[in-house]
Amino acid sequence: MTTQGYGTIEPELDELSISSFSHVRLPRFAPLLVLLGALALSGLLALLLGWGPVAIPVVAVILTIIALPLWSAVVENRRAAVDRLVTCLVWTALAITLVPLVWVLEKTIAEGIPAISWHFLTNDMRQGLDPVTFKMVAGGGLKHALLGTLLVTLGAVVISVPIGLMTAIYLVEYARGSWIGRTITILVDVMTGIPSIVAGLFAVALFSTITGNPGIRFGLMGSIALSLLMIPTVVRGAEEMMRLVPSDLREAAYALGVPKWRTILKVVLPTAFGGIVTGVVLAISRVVGETAPLLVAVGTVDYVNGNLFSGRMMTLPVYIMQEYNGTVDDRKFAWGAALILIAIVMILNLVARIIGKIFAPQTGR
Amino acid sequence: MAKSIDVSDVNIYYGDFKAVEDVSMTIKAKSVTAFIGPSGCGKSTFLRTLNRMHEVIPGARVEGKIVVDGQSLYDPAVDPVEVRRRIGMVFQRPNPFPTMSIYDNVLAGNRLNSKRISRSEADAIVERSLRGANLWNEVKDRLGKPGMGLSGGQQQRLCIARAIAVEPEVLLMDEPCSALDPISTAAIEDLIHELKSDYTIVIVTHNMQQAARVSDDTGFFNLKAAGKPGHLVEFNPTKQMFTNPDNADTEAYISGRFG
Repeated sequence: MTTQGYGTIEPELDELSISSFSHVRLPRFAPLLVLLGALALSGLLALLLGWGPVAIPVVAVILTIIALPLWSAVVENRRAAVDRLVTCLVWTALAITLVPLVWVLEKTIAEGIPAISWHFLTNDMRQGLDPVTFKMVAGGGLKHALLGTLLVTLGAVVISVPIGLMTAIYLVEYARGSWIGRTITILVDVMTGIPSIVAGLFAVALFSTITGNPGIRFGLMGSIALSLLMIPTVVRGAEEMMRLVPSDLREAAYALGVPKWRTILKVVLPTAFGGIVTGVVLAISRVVGETAPLLVAVGTVDYVNGNLFSGRMMTLPVYIMQEYNGTVDDRKFAWGAALILIAIVMILNLVARIIGKIFAPQTGR
Repeated sequence: MAKSIDVSDVNIYYGDFKAVEDVSMTIKAKSVTAFIGPSGCGKSTFLRTLNRMHEVIPGARVEGKIVVDGQSLYDPAVDPVEVRRRIGMVFQRPNPFPTMSIYDNVLAGNRLNSKRISRSEADAIVERSLRGANLWNEVKDRLGKPGMGLSGGQQQRLCIARAIAVEPEVLLMDEPCSALDPISTAAIEDLIHELKSDYTIVIVTHNMQQAARVSDDTGFFNLKAAGKPGHLVEFNPTKQMFTNPDNADTEAYISGRFG
């Protein structure tokens, strides 16, 4: 067989393609074979021309994208060749997306694991007198930052989830496309774009005005700054999920003589619950790593402060920044804290998935 | 407990669009009344005005008088929630609550209104309603399973059980069999016959044989032209309607010459 496929007008070939459903296919392992061949070739070229290690996979991928469709065009037909080309491009795009993610994870784990110890998790950074050397040394832990992040984020959740959820309920169930509803939607969209440091400045300005003390910093100010960033995400997520609840279900409840507020509480929210939880957790993941607003609104300390309402607190992102700006020895603390932060986000996502699974409407099949 | 419904000079609007015009009829208690007519002629819209479900849609409103048991449904003092408690509805597509079991679906009308009922009372309501909907024997061993796991016909009968569990005075059915196979349809038609002794039933159907089989009275709705409001052409006992209708359009529709 030659390169002709569907485009040919030779009668005997046309007859062939009509009379037979099957045509020659490349073997199943063809893509792997081409990729290995391309890797070998680019490795050889790298040896001969003295390329660096990054060039080898890049050249190999480019060679594969060229060679596999060509081979396919020769042996199979035009449609199969296009299919193989697009498949190659899609896989390449996927790989390019995964590279930074895997890279960040790998680097953080490699640098962070050595820093993590029981001592690291259970101590703060207060200076203390070393009983052996009689020198002042830092405590070498992140307990204060971990506790601070958990408390400040919890505060933000407590503030933003009720407000966000009720806004979403208003938008979906009551606004009915009124101008108030449209205005709120636009404002929520604008809020999504607020730079995080502006949220921090807002919290500072708010509490400076209320207390009359421009230097005031405490944990709840950070919670308020973070909730400004969380609310639009929560509203949007909950709104989307509640719109997905079929109006059939609402009508079924109304027809049973259930008042509207009970319908929302007992039918709409439970049906959308899994999705709403996922949205909230995504919003948490978004704010848990915020640095700037917390630096501005909560400040930094090197000891444990468990009181959200009084005194500065440390948080993980700010801790990472501070340790990274310190001596080279301090950087391992930064990596350790970064690993902990990533772990928190991953655990939150896993929990959200599990909750979503548990509360998803059951089909019983 | 079954009630008759008096409808006089009802006009129904969606915003500025007049969907149904000038309907007057008397729906008898403890009987089955069927509405037939081509798509878009306002049968379902009219049905939904009988328990004030119409106004759930933004911009929808009703003019005229609908009187049930001496009370005007559209009187400003009337609470639509109370109306819907006493005039139940079954929809075209089965819509059991996906987060609830079969048992909880039947009790939804009571539970969602947070009526306090004892366990034995609840069991009794579930069994009575499911028996009433001819579903008891099929589901009695899996009452705790999700209602969505049933077949389409079973789901629809579950919705009927849910509607009769709150003991309404009138039961409205909006094409209850249009999504079902003939066997499930037959089960539901048998059920309608049985329910007639206790309830006033109003059913919208596209299936004229069904109207002839189940109903005592029939109303034929039609459109004068596309974009014009629907209106009631003829309202008569079903026997007369299908043998000797008053109106030539009715005869044409029933005999299949149009629509």
